[in-house]
Amino acid sequence: MNNPLNVSIAPHIKDPISTRKIMWAVILALAPAGAAGVFIFGLNSLVVIAASIAAAMITEALVLAVRKKDIKAVYDGSAILTGLLLAYNIPPGSPVWIPIAGSFFAIAIGKQAFGGLGHNIFNPALAGRAFLMISWPVYMTTWQNPRWKVDAITQATPLALYKHGDLEALRRIPYMDLLLGNHPGCIGEVCAIALLAGAAFLLIKKYITWHVPFIYILTVAFTSWMFNGSKGLFTGDALFFVLSGGLLLGAFFMATDYVTGPLGARGKIIFGVGCGILTFVIRRFSGYPEGVSYAILIMNALTPTIDRYTFPKWFGWRKA
Amino acid sequence: MSYGFYGGIHPSSSKTLTSDRPIKKSFIPKKVVLPLLQHTGSAAEAIVLVGDVVKVGQLIAKSTGFISSPVHASIAGKVTKIGYSPTPTNSRVLSITIEAQGDEDQDIKSTPPRDISAMTAEELLNIIKDAGIVGAGGAAFPTYVKLSPPKTKPIDTVIINGAECEPYLTCDHRLMLEKTSQIFKGLDIILKILGAKNAYIAIEDNKLSAIYAMERELRKIQERSGFFPHKKSEHMIKVVPLSTKYPQGAEKQVVKAVTNRVIPAGGLPMDVGCVVQNVGTVFAIYEAVYAGKPMIERVITITGSCVKEPVNMWVRLGTILKDLEPSFGGFKKEPKEIIIGGPMMGVSQYTMDVPITKGASGVLFLSEEELDRSEESVCIRCGKCLEVCAMGLAPTALMQRVKKDNFADAKDLGIMNCFECGACAYSCPAKIPLLDYMKFGKSKLLSV
Repeated sequence: MNNPLNVSIAPHIKDPISTRKIMWAVILALAPAGAAGVFIFGLNSLVVIAASIAAAMITEALVLAVRKKDIKAVYDGSAILTGLLLAYNIPPGSPVWIPIAGSFFAIAIGKQAFGGLGHNIFNPALAGRAFLMISWPVYMTTWQNPRWKVDAITQATPLALYKHGDLEALRRIPYMDLLLGNHPGCIGEVCAIALLAGAAFLLIKKYITWHVPFIYILTVAFTSWMFNGSKGLFTGDALFFVLSGGLLLGAFFMATDYVTGPLGARGKIIFGVGCGILTFVIRRFSGYPEGVSYAILIMNALTPTIDRYTFPKWFGWRKA
Repeated sequence: MSYGFYGGIHPSSSKTLTSDRPIKKSFIPKKVVLPLLQHTGSAAEAIVLVGDVVKVGQLIAKSTGFISSPVHASIAGKVTKIGYSPTPTNSRVLSITIEAQGDEDQDIKSTPPRDISAMTAEELLNIIKDAGIVGAGGAAFPTYVKLSPPKTKPIDTVIINGAECEPYLTCDHRLMLEKTSQIFKGLDIILKILGAKNAYIAIEDNKLSAIYAMERELRKIQERSGFFPHKKSEHMIKVVPLSTKYPQGAEKQVVKAVTNRVIPAGGLPMDVGCVVQNVGTVFAIYEAVYAGKPMIERVITITGSCVKEPVNMWVRLGTILKDLEPSFGGFKKEPKEIIIGGPMMGVSQYTMDVPITKGASGVLFLSEEELDRSEESVCIRCGKCLEVCAMGLAPTALMQRVKKDNFADAKDLGIMNCFECGACAYSCPAKIPLLDYMKFGKSKLLSV
């Protein structure tokens, strides 16, 4: 034997999966939704997406340099993913500096200030969105109609119509429009079918588990059915509330974020219920038409507590 | 029909390299180094001196204490050294070196077959004890101790462990194909000793040929009357195919999958009325009782992309790994890592100057491509380690606590339940060496 032997602790083989592969799988799963957004709302959406991703990467490189860390970490895909998700949460007509400011905040404050990848408490993309909502509420609630509906009168999202009690306008929106994204909304949240396709990919390849998204959506559906009907209890349009707003984007792609959600299955179920209830409460009772981002951010804050009380019971914990 | 178990992983089996290769005959080495501790428990004590001439199968070190095992000469020759030598798991163990002088008879002599129906459980146990039989699955626990549970733990189920869940290894598979009836004879002896009612032969379903072979033999036996003289008519003996998943062969997991009984934390199979024995051990029991043969050779799988001819072969215990090179045709390319055992729990070797011991089930000569040398990165809390932990632990949470020297909290979160299967470290996308932290945390808690 001429060359030195490697001596290491078991196990000596490993699953070929890596952090970078997971990030890119999620980015791939999100691509249809973004493509749909650009197709529905026009080229400015592409500018928003590109600016958001670029700003995220540059911010991360700068902050890592200041922190004297290895800048190559930018290529692990997590900054790109944050930039992409933030862009999906921004209205399509936004000026280019909106996603840039949002990404800067998301990466510098939402992620790096907490210690970088793996250490942040809040979902960085949602932290960026919250920052934008507070700082520039008008820009963040100025909607566009799909390109082919340029001469339509209203430019309100379906949930905004619900908040204003405009039942007539609501009744005129076919479910197919909600499914395909033929209505105003944020770039990546409108096309339900594109989001579901991406989600199916992530579930099948086991990049995410069913617990958070299904329990979250089920909770929203149930509470909406129970309380949001105009004809009394249990008359609400559950399907409408599931397909509208950012629920599908949030439930499948943001509440499932590894770093900011609970570790174990039981914790994930509690997290899903919490997100669902908060989303319903904010949609129904607060000044905002949509509550997904804040619901998830609040549950992010509760994740460490949830983890502490839901560590799995190990094999044989019951005394015989 | 198996009940399965929570967690587990599906690494590529890499077994096709050797699963079709019949076990080759024993290679008789010119020199063997026999460690006095190649089992769990206290080391044996040498009863020979340098210069003594010994015969094949002669007792050269006696048992010390309840949990211990004697050592026998695996070749005939002269004792040339009694000193410290490396073993696969330890750098310094007192070992007896025997060198053949050239003209000895190296055959293993068998006694005429005994009539075991006339023997008591006590007598059978003593044969097993004196033959130095220890678990062939890797842990090398003295078999006669396992077969003497206290009266307070009645045994109703015997499980023959043919799972062989580690990738690359095929020695148990081949034993089940080639020594089928002998394994059942060994099972019969175990049933007599324990007085157990039921027996299950657990085999992973990636070894269909072994499942069929064992089932066919079982049917033949059941048609013949009087073969299992100790098997009463209400006794159940079944072959149980198990879903292939690592670590299905671990004791707690195989008991759960076969009987749906959960061994309590810190407990043993006997706490739920079960005894588990590896097929290799059962075969050794058969040979000791029927042929008077002590444990002086075993089947190992020598494989990996670096060897020219991967093999399953009988090897005399104490054979130095370096001396085995002609048996597998030498190397196609230089190995990056040499592992004794399986790739998940086996031990990396720093030299080929180590002997094959009672617990060594295989030798892997792996290349760069077969190993994963990715750099460690930060935990992204993906939860994969929780999904795969066969004991239902949260490895990343345990790791955080061990990193901060918070061993008390790690203990409260169950770290002592970890049996170091390595599924967590295998699955981690950030390539964190989780098992390193588990081992470190456990050793710190044990030393307190």
